[in-house]
Amino acid sequence: MKKIDIAVVDYGMGNLRSVSKALEHVAPQKTILVTNNPAEIANAERIVFPGQGAMPDCIRELDARGLRQVVLSAAKNKPFLGICIGLQMLFEHSEEGDSAGLGLFKGNVKRFTAVDMKSSSGEKLKVPHMGWNQVYQIHHNETSATKPHALWQGIEDGARFYYVHSYYVKPDDEQMTAGFSEYPNRFTSAIAKDNLFAVQFHPEKSASAGLQMLSNFVNWTP
Amino acid sequence: MLAKRIIPCLDVTDGRVVKGINFLELRDAGDPVEIAKRYDDQGADELTFLDITASSDNRGLILHIIEQVASQVFIPLTVGGGVREVEDVRRLLNAGADKVSINTTAVLNPQMVADAASRFGSQCIVVAIDAKKVDNQPFEWEVFTHGGRKATGLDAVKWAAYMASLGAGELLVTSMDRDGTKIGFNNPLNRAISDAVEVPIIASGGVGNLQHLVDGVKIGGADAVLAASIFHYGEYTVKQAKAYMAQHGIEVRL
Repeated sequence: MKKIDIAVVDYGMGNLRSVSKALEHVAPQKTILVTNNPAEIANAERIVFPGQGAMPDCIRELDARGLRQVVLSAAKNKPFLGICIGLQMLFEHSEEGDSAGLGLFKGNVKRFTAVDMKSSSGEKLKVPHMGWNQVYQIHHNETSATKPHALWQGIEDGARFYYVHSYYVKPDDEQMTAGFSEYPNRFTSAIAKDNLFAVQFHPEKSASAGLQMLSNFVNWTP
Repeated sequence: MLAKRIIPCLDVTDGRVVKGINFLELRDAGDPVEIAKRYDDQGADELTFLDITASSDNRGLILHIIEQVASQVFIPLTVGGGVREVEDVRRLLNAGADKVSINTTAVLNPQMVADAASRFGSQCIVVAIDAKKVDNQPFEWEVFTHGGRKATGLDAVKWAAYMASLGAGELLVTSMDRDGTKIGFNNPLNRAISDAVEVPIIASGGVGNLQHLVDGVKIGGADAVLAASIFHYGEYTVKQAKAYMAQHGIEVRL
């Protein structure tokens, strides 16, 4: 089998073209494959796990294609980037359709309440949370005092990324949180664990900051 | 905090960007890919393409344009115009669109909005509402279709709430009374809709200067503001528009 540098997991939900185009842009010399083939996912050097739409549908389609095990295995073993629902699915449970996730991490996926959500200036906040919001980086110091995670390199703390979602993750283990945003309360928008990094926002649609993150991922050696 | 978005709009016909007044009198404004790149460089938060091609022969051109833009511009792209069935949505998403805007078909067949939202997710379904102030109805603003030519008898505010309930993730509200006039958004219309729904609304139609953008957010309650001619003809750059909004206390991505 041909060497695959990056496999974008395709389980039939939504548009993966934006993700693959952005990866091709930052890594023109790499082999990037959008695939639903478990063998290709197993063989790829790194995995991008995107997701759009409703989480229960995503889980169902993932299982329908027999991709659950290969995705879980990749999430534990090789450079892995989850995006949007690809972050949410890693947790145990979602309020969306009261459904089970893949359960790789302990924690829940919760909905923005919408009712009575107000900005500091008193404006009603809409759901979905859609648009560009600041992402604040968290640098855990168990390994080194101040060194940011490799995926934050070259990205300003507080840089804006593009979001579109109505649900957010709440990990049990707060040490996993690598970034957060506010809407209006603080919510986890990036997690990091060993070889895995996953984000709620869309780096593939976040102009230069997003392309920098994808480039960091392509060059990441966890 | 979440930034208010500025969205330049490119009306595309037969592969070129054009701009009309009150949906008529089209003027050529340039090549869509070049214009998209220029706006991205200036800091546009998203881009909207409306395919106003009249003949079905040239409908495929928009797919080609979106493919080219999507491989060079990495911000959200919305495409609308002539979207009739779920298959049209799929084709546009596959070409690289992130959101698809549905207008006339939403009125003729509301179920299509629900079907598209359940298949692709609400995040990529925008319903475009063309509204006009009317005197002959028990409500203030009526929904029009077919590029503004056909009255529907629908109350724009109620229609907006209905579309959101069917799964529209965002509403693009165009005031036909204001479109191309440069006298500012219809803020009472936008405010009425914004207050009636949970989803974000994009204000459209009538921008002539930068204060209009500020008013659209502050008075009209818009989550995003869409404009065409002030940017196409170089009167203002997106960057200038954002700087002006920021000076007036609006959170923007600089």
